[in-house]
Amino acid sequence: MNKYAERIYNGIIKENPSTVMILGMCPTLATTTTLINGVGMGLSTTVVLVLANVVISLLRKVIPDEVRIPAFIVVIASLVTVVDFLMQGYFPALSQSLGVYIPLIVVNCIILGRAEAYASKHSVGLSFFDGLGMGIGFTLALMILGGIRELFGSGTLAGVQVMPSAYTPISIFVLQPGAFFVLGCLIAIMTKIMNRKKKTKAVEAATVCPSSGCTGCASSSHCGRRIFEETAKAGLKDQVKKTETMTNGGEQA
Amino acid sequence: MNETIHVSSSPHVRSKVTTRYIMYLVIIALLPATVFGVYNFGARALLTIVITVASSVLTEYIFEKCMHRTITIQDGSAALTGLLLALNLPATVPWWMGILGGVFAILVVKQLFGGLGQNFMNPALGARCFLLISFTSMMTNFEYHGESAATPLAALKAGEVVNTKDMLLGFTAGTIGETSAIALLIGAIILLWFGIIDIVIPGLYILTFVIFISLFGGHGFDPAFITAHLCGGGLMLGAWFMATDYVTSPITPKGKIIFGILLGILTGLFRLFGSSAEGVSYAIIISNIIVPIIDKYTIPRAFGKQKEKKGGAKV
Repeated sequence: MNKYAERIYNGIIKENPSTVMILGMCPTLATTTTLINGVGMGLSTTVVLVLANVVISLLRKVIPDEVRIPAFIVVIASLVTVVDFLMQGYFPALSQSLGVYIPLIVVNCIILGRAEAYASKHSVGLSFFDGLGMGIGFTLALMILGGIRELFGSGTLAGVQVMPSAYTPISIFVLQPGAFFVLGCLIAIMTKIMNRKKKTKAVEAATVCPSSGCTGCASSSHCGRRIFEETAKAGLKDQVKKTETMTNGGEQA
Repeated sequence: MNETIHVSSSPHVRSKVTTRYIMYLVIIALLPATVFGVYNFGARALLTIVITVASSVLTEYIFEKCMHRTITIQDGSAALTGLLLALNLPATVPWWMGILGGVFAILVVKQLFGGLGQNFMNPALGARCFLLISFTSMMTNFEYHGESAATPLAALKAGEVVNTKDMLLGFTAGTIGETSAIALLIGAIILLWFGIIDIVIPGLYILTFVIFISLFGGHGFDPAFITAHLCGGGLMLGAWFMATDYVTSPITPKGKIIFGILLGILTGLFRLFGSSAEGVSYAIIISNIIVPIIDKYTIPRAFGKQKEKKGGAKV
């Protein structure tokens, strides 16, 4: 995997801002009442995130270390203002339903976090892909959240009736507690998948075996490969023989 | 050599009181109210009760089976949760709402937090509030003898005169188990008699509530008004059966006093100044959430330990 694709993967799965790093919870919980709102919020944050990462990466050698946070904020705030006006001009309905959360992207900790942790230390190209990966990860999480909440909370998906007419909407899903329920389940599923991946990786890492067989191997407990089991058994037999001869020798003496 | 020998130091305290004993005793104590509920609201109430209990027990079984945990359905706690939830629902709710409530109570409120003893709020009340928020219109649609009727509390809030004798006996509209104060009091006496519950929490709850109502109710100390408030709504069911839940009430003596007073004030506040006529369930689950803090700050002083001296304080 090249380093640009790795950035994208990192943002979507490994360090997903919503489900792994639990950042930017305010828009995540507050705006995901419908699928459209979730996607809209995610995409506008992505635009700001990518542009902010690029601009800050370009300026990283110019900005003095002592005033870097105010400088980042100025850059981010300018970009958010542009996005806010564009949304008001071209998507007035979405802008209205997202309300104050669009201007609030300024204080979204994902954007400042990436600027501080990544863009201010890496090249423009990498920062661009980092912002893109994080943005897509955030958008996907918000899309899933918004989709589930809209489906169960109002029986629709993107405004289209999906559930049969006999279905009674469970309105708690579009209220604040529902956001926490769905997000909690999403985080749990994500953690489960990540843990499973870690286990398979640990097995893969054990392919290079030490010459002494499984007895001296650190990963013998979760290795589970037959070939190595056999060598381990052989090694164990050898050891048993050795100890037997030793104890026998001791008795004779 | 398969036998495990447990060795512990003396004294060996033995008690026949098990979780199972307590749970079944509480279920028995709830029977008068349950039977009256079925008599009052008909077969539909019975159906709701059966569905809710079955859903709770089944959810517990399936979850524990899937998670490879010890199956605990025989201890009766899931059945009790289901029964309490059913008694908190109007008889008119559709069948799937009972199932949904049972699943929510056991799965979300109880099992996801670690099972019996780990739940941070009363599962039955958690599920009731979940249903109340989700399906407000169906949860507040009360029928009595086939006609839609207002609960006595709602009538009281609207300024109408209510029949306190009917409220005491239970011939009014409401949820399945809350209407008859007498039936609930019989259950409460059973629990007190067998030492299952302590009078402190429900006693202080009701006392504080009475004081609050007399001070701010606008009727002064009017016995009829106070009796109506005491017998109406879920106060009796909540105070005796749900505020006393071992898991979600404080364990320290001082904590119990604080808990009871807090419940009384919150219930009064919600009933008199809230938009809804009823406030017992919210009062109890909000207090449930505060319980860990109450317990933390009311740990009693160990015997023989002195208070930290502040300028030569008394020993």
